[in-house]
Amino acid sequence: MRYHVPSERIGTFKEYMIRAIQRQIKMRTFWALNDVSLEVNRGEVFGLVGNNGAGKSTLLKVVARVLRPTKGRVVVWGRVAPLLELGAGFHPELTGKENIFLNSALLGFTHRETLEKYDQIVEFSELGDFINAPIRTYSSGMYARLGFSVATSSEPDVLIVDEILGVGDESFRQKCQTRIETFRQRGAAILLVSHDMPTIQKMCQRAAWLDHGVLKAIGEPERVIQIYRQGQE
Amino acid sequence: MQSTSVYDSANKVPHALQELREALGHRHLIFQLVRRDILTRYKRSFLGVAWTMLNPLGIMVVMSFVFSQIFSAVHSYPAFLLTGLVAWNFFSQSTTAAMYSLVWGGGLLQRIYIPRASFGISAIGSGLVNLLLAFVPLVIVMVATGVPIRITAVFMPVSLLFLVCFSLGLGLAISTLAIYFPDVAEMYQIILLAWMYLTPIIYPETAIPKQYQTVLHCNPMYYLIQLWRLPLYDGRWPAWSDIWPAAAIAFGMLVVGWFIFTSKSDEFAYRV
Repeated sequence: MRYHVPSERIGTFKEYMIRAIQRQIKMRTFWALNDVSLEVNRGEVFGLVGNNGAGKSTLLKVVARVLRPTKGRVVVWGRVAPLLELGAGFHPELTGKENIFLNSALLGFTHRETLEKYDQIVEFSELGDFINAPIRTYSSGMYARLGFSVATSSEPDVLIVDEILGVGDESFRQKCQTRIETFRQRGAAILLVSHDMPTIQKMCQRAAWLDHGVLKAIGEPERVIQIYRQGQE
Repeated sequence: MQSTSVYDSANKVPHALQELREALGHRHLIFQLVRRDILTRYKRSFLGVAWTMLNPLGIMVVMSFVFSQIFSAVHSYPAFLLTGLVAWNFFSQSTTAAMYSLVWGGGLLQRIYIPRASFGISAIGSGLVNLLLAFVPLVIVMVATGVPIRITAVFMPVSLLFLVCFSLGLGLAISTLAIYFPDVAEMYQIILLAWMYLTPIIYPETAIPKQYQTVLHCNPMYYLIQLWRLPLYDGRWPAWSDIWPAAAIAFGMLVVGWFIFTSKSDEFAYRV
């Protein structure tokens, strides 16, 4: 899978006093991503590191089609499963089961397709009978497990993971890593954002360092992390 | 991989068309969203589904008590009132819901791609479910007060279609406005209130002096409500002169609203 990701403008801040009367317009243009050009290939886990506010989430959102690039071009081949925030579509009042169907629909599945995968999803999440309880009763770990399970049940061609692997206990983290690895071997492309350097080193074939919207380093994870750390001093 | 779908941001398809295609493609999602709205509304409420029916019924009882002496010429005022009220509630609730779901549902927009029109369409869908439920007390009242339900009632689906189109178009248009100007949401409630009084729902058209009746005729909802009440309450087949203004208004609003919405829908994720 190949894609090019370019510049983008975000956050023009406008204030209108009263519509018909006087307008006081304050405009600040802010480039969240500036001249970023990347290619991510099939069967590759690509890591993204950088400080908060560097533009990592923005980059992921542009790929996930949540945001449209102001300039430049994004091309994505295949089905995308974004994990930008666990339980994005979850509604607290609904049960785990109902939320599975809702979330699958958000990811673009029909009811029947979800039915076929249902048992598998519940099994991976290890929620057992809790699946029939409203998710406002869940712990954050259970939330994470359900979210990850639904998103990855789809066997996506592109998986986008934004800093969520931190939640959940050791055994779950292990399961996630195994699943990501399985996808990778099957030819999917995975974009991984994390603040946990060991995870990046362990899981990624290539990585990049994004700082204030600019691509500062790209290549082997170890080297990129080194450059990133040096940049912090 | 099985799927060969490609996303290319440089692909320049006209927005209105693309949104339509996407919305159709995501119809399973829209169904789930409607289901979510219905389920969450009733999960924690004691009376549950009954409340959808009790609400218009309650209003009708109060209004009838107050007005039926004034409008004694109307054959079965409660039925007259309720017929109009049921349609009005659908319109006002679904357009308001369309607006609020887009403005407050922003979190979802920022996490995953879903066609923006999903919010509006699912709001209309939920409104439809409530409307169908409201038919139960309506029919009961009509029967109880001796208003015959004639064969002309089979025309209702057409009237409903026009109502749905108009509501969707308006809902999409005001949603767009509300994203940019949040106070639109408040203003709309007040506008709705005035609008209802400008539509002959509580009062029959005949109660208004002739010279002011033209004001009523400038109100688009006038035609839609008339077309709604004629086959159901009056038991008449609507004439062509009743039908074409309603059709024009309904489809016109839908097209206009759709275009306004889709021309701006790319920017929503930034604004919410």
